[in-house]
Formats: sequence, structure tokens, C-alpha cells
Amino acid sequence: MKVDLFITCLADAFYPQVGMSVVNVLERLGVDVGFPKEQTCCGQPAYNSGYQKDAMKAAKQVILAFENSETVVTPSGSCAAMIHHYYPKLFKGDPIWRDKAQSLADKTYEFSDFLVNVLKVENVNAKLESIATYHHSCHMIRGLEIREEPSTLLSHVEGLTMKELPYCNDCCGFGGTFAAKMSDISERMVDEKINNIISTEAKILIGSDLGCLMNIGGRMRRTGQDIEIMHVAEVLEKGGKI
Amino acid sequence: MTLNSIDFDQRVDKALADPILKQAVPFAQDKLRNGRNTAADQLGNIEEWRELAAEIRKHTIDNLDSYLEELVTNVRKSGGFVHFAEKDSDAVDIIKKIAKDKEAKTIIKSKSMVTEEIHLNKHLEAEGLKVVESDLGEYIIQLANETPSHLIAPAIHKTRQQVSALFSEVAGRKLSDETTELCAFARETLREEFLQADIGISGCNFAVAESGSVVLVSNEGNARLTTTLPKVHIAVMGLERIVPTWNELDIMISMLTRSATGQKISVYVTGINSARQSGDLDGPEEFHLVILDNGRSNILGTAYQEALNCIRCGACLNVCPVYRHVGGHAYGGVYSGPIGAVLMPLLEGYDDWKELPHASSLCGACTEVCPVKIPLHDLLIEHRKDEVDQGYAPLPEKMAFKGFGYINSHPALYDKTVKLSSTGLGVLAKDGYITKGPGMLGGWTDIRDLPQPKKQSFREWWAKERKE
Ligand code: SF4
Repeated sequence: MKVDLFITCLADAFYPQVGMSVVNVLERLGVDVGFPKEQTCCGQPAYNSGYQKDAMKAAKQVILAFENSETVVTPSGSCAAMIHHYYPKLFKGDPIWRDKAQSLADKTYEFSDFLVNVLKVENVNAKLESIATYHHSCHMIRGLEIREEPSTLLSHVEGLTMKELPYCNDCCGFGGTFAAKMSDISERMVDEKINNIISTEAKILIGSDLGCLMNIGGRMRRTGQDIEIMHVAEVLEKGGKI
Repeated sequence: MTLNSIDFDQRVDKALADPILKQAVPFAQDKLRNGRNTAADQLGNIEEWRELAAEIRKHTIDNLDSYLEELVTNVRKSGGFVHFAEKDSDAVDIIKKIAKDKEAKTIIKSKSMVTEEIHLNKHLEAEGLKVVESDLGEYIIQLANETPSHLIAPAIHKTRQQVSALFSEVAGRKLSDETTELCAFARETLREEFLQADIGISGCNFAVAESGSVVLVSNEGNARLTTTLPKVHIAVMGLERIVPTWNELDIMISMLTRSATGQKISVYVTGINSARQSGDLDGPEEFHLVILDNGRSNILGTAYQEALNCIRCGACLNVCPVYRHVGGHAYGGVYSGPIGAVLMPLLEGYDDWKELPHASSLCGACTEVCPVKIPLHDLLIEHRKDEVDQGYAPLPEKMAFKGFGYINSHPALYDKTVKLSSTGLGVLAKDGYITKGPGMLGGWTDIRDLPQPKKQSFREWWAKERKE
């Protein structure tokens, strides 16, 4: 099976190891991974801030970059939700681009969704001795309605104890530019999230969205919390051999 | 009275610095949203119910003119008076005139957000009238000289101790902070007020077009007293609060009470058909229905029309993480939370309310619970877009996103930007993290560290590794 990776801007620049983990896990599962170089950011920061014309420019570029792909996989619930819900909406007045947007939406999968629902894999034989908890990001559970898939995959990681996170449906306070524009409100939100994480006694916080992890991780570092952040793909890569 | 005489940032600062708010709001919010979730689970197929409720609202709003006509005809048929108010001041004038004609001195009110919207109490008091709120929550905030901070729980931001202090002042003696004693005191005091009132003013949860009835949903019984004891009853409704028939009312009430508090039905659901009819044992002599537009009809046919579906259940406030931390007053308007952030700019414009659509992380928790499926967070994005299009966005931000659009549509430039970001931001970094960033990044680093972009980006790794 041939899959093209949509890396997303955050993973590309800030967390390249997440992209490498995605590639490694997929290749171990026999997937042929490609990386169209012409891809850019999905445009969500502009879209969410009200700059639709600027968002459209980015969206068109991403649509073009993956025009010839059979299947697109991305390690971000948020960017996948952007493509699924807002790309077709952005171009609703333009039938040609609307169709192109829809066809990208139809073939784009978030990483854990792709593993569980397309490859039908739940156990990737990963091993990680630790205690962790999982952050359900808003765009995963509400945007894409992907809730069980990451947990299913993580439940099969040997040695990993997963703790349930209290108030797991609540936002971490990231919200893109919200985190910077309304940093004082965002601070309260992320602190409440971190208190809940601490209460689980987890050593690792696992997530499917790097925006959230960057927010929670950045705040934990600022406040001196010694809890590691990891993307699901990084965990699944650990100790795994097929 | 709106609070937006002080600006948004100050309101937020004030809220965040309030230790009582920090305690009271999350506590009450948890109770309400857990109630809603349990009720939704018990229903089993909540999504089908939401679908149905949304459809009913859409149909009603799409055909608002004909249902309004039907409602008005039926109210008049049973002897009621109907008044249309285009603006808030028109509604106030209508009610003032009724009070004057009746030589009224005292007015008792049951809970009504729409009378808050038109700041009715303030205007009536300026005419020398005594106005008493009879809903417990409204009574509390009236004593505190505040505005409601929640759609269904106006005093959600108050603790029992604060209520006890307020009531003790009225009583002239020290009351305990036991809920039973406080309620008993309110009941006693308000009973006198009911007996004296010349006019009762209520809101209207739903107006049933087919019978011309006003339906009130309440838990305290005060709405019934307000609408039956005084000689005159005035009901004030927003023009969108209509249901076609009692069949739809059934569904809407089911959704309202479940979404609001988790109750299957409220303690009282009162249907009122005009004034006392011959043969009735009680009821007012005169009934007036004031139908308020106040900007609502301008929303019809726009991208925001779904906002008119709102049944004011408060569920979106109860799940909103921003509301949780700042409470209702920080929003500054009569409507707060996600629906307030959508409605206030629609009703009163961006000049005063441009910040509200940004007071959201767009987490979508509101949209997920809304019983009538208003896409609240999408409407907030719509506002942000309209603000940009109408010139409300700051220039540096505009420039930044112009640059964003340009870079992201030129892959070679994007490639370079990613490459340069590590060195560029690297000068600010220590141990791989930036703790004090410039410009927009400053908002980020105010409270958290920012990782430095990696020396080797993914695309560079790929190019090297895969020799592509
Ligand atoms: S927007 Fe929806 S959830 Fe919020 S108050 Fe209105 S009906 Fe309830």
C-alpha cells in the first residue's frame, strides 16, 4: 500500500522525530511511504483567525501537493480535521476547487485512524516500560470523532500502564492563536489540565496533536513539572519489531 | 447595565483575580454539565433528539413570519394585547405606558433574559416604580446590584456565604448560610411583594403559535405567582421564541430542561392563554404580549441565522472552558459564554464586542452539547472572518497572515522558512527552549516555554535519508 505523509508544519519544524516515527511505524507495517515535497502548512492558523483568503492560499498548495496521492496520512487530528471539515467549506463557491478539496478530504487519515481502521492493526508490537496518560485533543474527539483508536493502539504497548485522565474531554487551552492572544485565560486552562495529568501520576503524556503537546509541555517545563510528552507514533515506534 | 464600560481585558483580569469566582463557577458548572450528560445518556439516542430539535427550530425560523402572525392572531382572539417592539427602547416604552395607564406602583418579575437585554428594571425604577425580582437567583443579583452571569443560573458566581450576607442586610439581622434558612427568608419576603404587586412581568420560554399560549419553565413556582396574582400580566418575548404547535413544544421542553439542568422536566411548566377567562377562578384581568425584535430579524438569512435557534438552555456555558475560568461577567453582555460571544456582536455590533469571538479556543465543546445543533464555534470563526473583512483586525496581524499566505503558497520559500526557523529563533533559545519571544510569540512565552525548531527539520531529514 502506498501512503503519502502530510507532516504538518509543527512536526516538520519542531518535532521532526514524530514524522520519523510515523514513517518507521508505517514501513514496519509494510506500507510504502512517500513525502511530497511541495506540501506546506494546512492553513488552519489563518482560517481560525478569520483570514480566509490567506488560508485558501495555503489550502490550495496542500491540495495540489497531494493531488496524485492515493492515501494521505498525518500525525495531527487538528490538521486532518481542517482538511476534512474546512477545506470543502473554504471552496464552497468554487466547484472545481471544492471537488479537489473534497477528494483530498476523502483520502486523508489521521495516523491512529489509519492504523486501526484502514490497516486494521491494533497491536504493533511496541514496548515501553512506563506509566502514561492520554490527552484527547478537541479536534480528535469532536472534530474527527476519533476517540478509541489511539487508546486501543496504546493498550497493546507492552509494559505501558495507561492511566485515565480526569476531565479528559476538556480543552488544554491551546486553540492556536488563542494561546498567545488570550494567554491569561489559556494559562488557567492549561494549569487545570496539568493538575489533572499530575493526579494520574503518569510519567508521560501522550497525545495525537502536537499543538496541544507543545502547549501542555511548554507550560509543564515553565512550571517545573517533570513529565515527558510524546506523540502516539513515537510510543508505537518504541521497541517494536515485526 | 452592560459591563463593557470597562474594556474586555480589564474584565478578564478582574475575573481571573476573583478567588470566589474560581471556586463557585467550576463547582456549579460541573454539577450542571454532569446533570446534562446523565440525562443525555438516559435518553439513549440524544443525537436523534438533537437532530429533531434542530429541524424543528430551523423550520420555525425559516417560517417565522407566518408563525408570528398565527401567534398574534390567537393571542388577540383570546383577548390579549400584542405589541411589537422594534428596538429595546420601544419595548421599554410600551411597558412604561402600560404601567402608567394602570397607575402601577409595584412590579413583580419572574426570570427573563429578554428583560435583562432591554435593561427593563433600570428604566422602570427611573420612573419611580418598585421592581422586585422573584426568581431566587435574580433576587440575589438584584440585591447585589449586579447582572446575571449565567443564562439559567444568574447568581452562579455567588457563594452561599455571599447570599447570606446580602439577605442579612435586607432582614436587618444575621442569617445563617444554610440553604433552607436562606430560601425560607426569600420566600417570606417575596410573598408580601407578590400580594402587593400591580403588574407581573414574565419572560417567555416558548410561545405556541397554534393556541397563542405563552409557556414558562421554572423550578420555583414564582413564575406562576407572577403571572396570576397581579391584575396585569406582561410577557416579554424575543420574536424567535416560537413553536408551531404543542407537539413541537413537547420536544423542545424535553431538550431544554435536560440540557439545562439534566431534569426530565422542570418542576413547573406553565401554559398561559391570555388573561382570566369567564369561569376561571384566578388569573390577571389583562394580558399583554410584547414581542421584541432588537436586531433579531437582521440575523435572518445571514450566515448566523442558526443563532436564532437558541433556546437559552445554558448548556454551552456549562461546558465552556473559557466560561469556566472567567465566569459570565467577563463577557460584559447580557448573554455570556459561547452563545453570548456569538449573539452580542450580532445584536450590538463589533465596536463594543469585537473581542468576544476571540475568547474561545474553538474546542467545540459548546457545539457538541447544543440541543438545537447551533455550530457555535464555527459561528465564532465566521465573526473573526467578518471582523477581518470589516477592518477590525490589528494591522500587524493582517501583515503577518498576508506573509503566511504567501509563504505557504510558495513551497520553495516555505522550505527555506522551515530551514531558517531553527537558526532564526535559535538566537533567542537556551537549552533548546525560548522563554521570552518577540511579538505574537510573546503571548505564548508569557506563560510557557517554546521549543526551538530542530536543527534538522523533517523535510531535511527526508531529503538526506531518502536521497530525493
Ligand atoms: S446556544 Fe445551544 S447550548 Fe447554548 S444556550 Fe442556546 S440552545 Fe443552549
